[in-house]
Amino acid sequence: MAVISYIQAVTQALKEEMERDEKVFVLGEDVGKRGGVFRATDGLYDQFGEDRVLDTPLAESAIAGVGIGAAMYGMRPVAEMQFADFIMPAVNQIISEAAKTRYRSNNDWNVPMTIRAPYGGGVHGALYHSQSVEAVFANQPGLKIVMPSTPYDVKGLLKASIRDNDPVLFFEHKRAYRLIKGEVPEEDYTLPLGKADVKREGSDITVITYGLCVHFALQAAEKLAEEGIDAHILDLRTVYPLDQEAIIEAVSKTGKVLLITEDNKEGGIISEVSAVISENCLFDLDAPVKRLAGPDVPSMPYAPTMEKYFMMNPDKVEKAMRDLAEF
Amino acid sequence: MGLEKINMPQLGESVTEGTINSWLVQPGDQINKYDPIAEVMTDKVNAEVPSSFTGTIKELIAQEGDTIEVGELMCYIEVEGAGSAEAGTESEEKTEEPSKDEAPKQEAPASKENKPQQEKGSKKRFSPAVMTLAQEHEIDLNQVEGSGRGGRITRKDIEKIIESGEIPAAKESTEAPDQPSVESTPKQQSTKPAPAAPNVQAGEGDVEIPVTGVRKAIAQNMVKSTTEIPHAWMMVEVDVTNLVELRNSLKKQFKEKEGYSLTFFSFFVKAVAQALKDYPELNSTWAGDKIIQRKAINLNIAVAKDDELFVPVIKDADEKSIKGIARDITDLAGKARQGKLTSKDMEGGTFTVNNTGSFGSIQSMGVINHPQSAILQVESIVKKPVYQDGMFGPRDMVNLCLSLDHRVLDGLVAGNFLARVKEILENMSKEHTSVY
Repeated sequence: MAVISYIQAVTQALKEEMERDEKVFVLGEDVGKRGGVFRATDGLYDQFGEDRVLDTPLAESAIAGVGIGAAMYGMRPVAEMQFADFIMPAVNQIISEAAKTRYRSNNDWNVPMTIRAPYGGGVHGALYHSQSVEAVFANQPGLKIVMPSTPYDVKGLLKASIRDNDPVLFFEHKRAYRLIKGEVPEEDYTLPLGKADVKREGSDITVITYGLCVHFALQAAEKLAEEGIDAHILDLRTVYPLDQEAIIEAVSKTGKVLLITEDNKEGGIISEVSAVISENCLFDLDAPVKRLAGPDVPSMPYAPTMEKYFMMNPDKVEKAMRDLAEF
Repeated sequence: MGLEKINMPQLGESVTEGTINSWLVQPGDQINKYDPIAEVMTDKVNAEVPSSFTGTIKELIAQEGDTIEVGELMCYIEVEGAGSAEAGTESEEKTEEPSKDEAPKQEAPASKENKPQQEKGSKKRFSPAVMTLAQEHEIDLNQVEGSGRGGRITRKDIEKIIESGEIPAAKESTEAPDQPSVESTPKQQSTKPAPAAPNVQAGEGDVEIPVTGVRKAIAQNMVKSTTEIPHAWMMVEVDVTNLVELRNSLKKQFKEKEGYSLTFFSFFVKAVAQALKDYPELNSTWAGDKIIQRKAINLNIAVAKDDELFVPVIKDADEKSIKGIARDITDLAGKARQGKLTSKDMEGGTFTVNNTGSFGSIQSMGVINHPQSAILQVESIVKKPVYQDGMFGPRDMVNLCLSLDHRVLDGLVAGNFLARVKEILENMSKEHTSVY
């Protein structure tokens, strides 16, 4: 198996899906000739031409709107938001139209569209290039939100998202793009949407997280293993709707739960996970459910010291995991 | 007397250390606060270090010529009152030094006492997982050593015990002092009888009878009635001389003709049914935000059988003759004794008449048959000398006792009702009353 980077997995998935199904096309800002600002669509323009790799105006609402229209017409658009932070002008299209079309038309119409967007901080991107926006969309039935952590998951889940008959928001951690590498099979495969994945088996504490934080947790777990603390790590992969069954199973295993996100603490994905736990797992809990998250300030700061303070990292995760294990 | 430390002071900005040039005091010297105790040389200044306390120099730690950092210990001084040097980590250093035997001794027991208390606090707080597992496997948590923070018992601790199979069984009744306080609060609000009175234990030779079936239902209903309904109680005495005469004259003939007894109770039931027609307020039920007055007059009668008590219903008692009521009573009592009462025989009661007189009782306080609003107890008929028409004469007297739901009824209407029952009964006589 070839070892490729997180972003290469994105490109491979797009390329293979476009080869497999001619209804799949890509649109977004600078995705064509330039190959995307992160180079996620590198080579696609040359291979598939300008009709299937569309450079759009700087108008996210239009990108989403065109995608929705094409999807309802039978196409499978993969729209790119250059940064997740820029998705806000498209929120009306996504929430009011994409999420509700199937429901509103009584199954007559559906929107098989994927919207990709790089999110997350730790890259000195400051306010408009570092945000996590998943919580904005995570109470909109009709949407799915996928946030993979490894190249293997990226490829399998992006393919599944493109083939899904309903809108999927596919958030890629921009710091993971070149930082995270992993083995990815050459052959075609998909991974199920809505299913969490156990990334590490353990019996002392359960860590539930997603995206780049999965790696921080895995690194911390290796260190803690030397101290005899055995962590169980669940990667949500699809953060909306949640894989409740997997959450309950992972929590029941140890009774001590740490929930981690890079996003602000209040009202995020992990808050909902916490609610699922308290509804279902009371008699398995051995400690208060702990949340480790970014502070509740408007956005990732620019100053390196402040960014470091805001950003999740293996040290913070390790400290929180040890603290919970010792409880 | 307490012990205090004197540390190297900050003798100017950016000064991090100082060298003791010479001590100006010796152990045993009496000094006042701000008296110089040593000459210190730093890279900026030479200065005298003042004492921070008034007291007696106990021991010089730093030697002349030593260079020590700002904030480091220079010497000990004995002061009036408790010294701060005795608490905390410094005490550990001192215990190694034989010259300071006094101070460590004082502080040792104190710290020993504090620690277990803290631990006990965490140990007594159990997580839901620990509680659940302990209950499932009947583990006495008092006997479990916790490995968590502050001695907390963790889920893993319990799982290990279960795996090992060495389960510390719960010791019975050793925890007795704890239990009443836990039980007492919910008991007051509960409408069910307490599942088991705590700490009531059978002694030698006592017989334990499990509470099941009818007994349990009776217990529950009685608790429900007495906790929910504010009971009030009143009694009237009725002269039933004529009624007794009437009944005795018919008794034998009736039995021969009808095949069952004409009991006194039938007359009382009839009188109650009639009076309820006049005072429907007593034939009602409390329903929270309203009172429901029942149209039908269905009278429960109490029938005892061994340790069981049934309250079958005489349906539409107001529409029945004394004979009809007598037959119903005979039928229902017979069925009850043979255990043949059906739920149909038991339902729909609107008021209860209880023949307590059959045991010879002359006065009793009935518990209302929930959710009815009153119960009438017919007591024993007793021959008494009664002053009447200028002379004493033997009269047959009976007490009627009424318990009423004071939410529904007040004394006035209940009193009127009893007066009406009394009137009906006193007017029953050979001349005016037919049992058919």
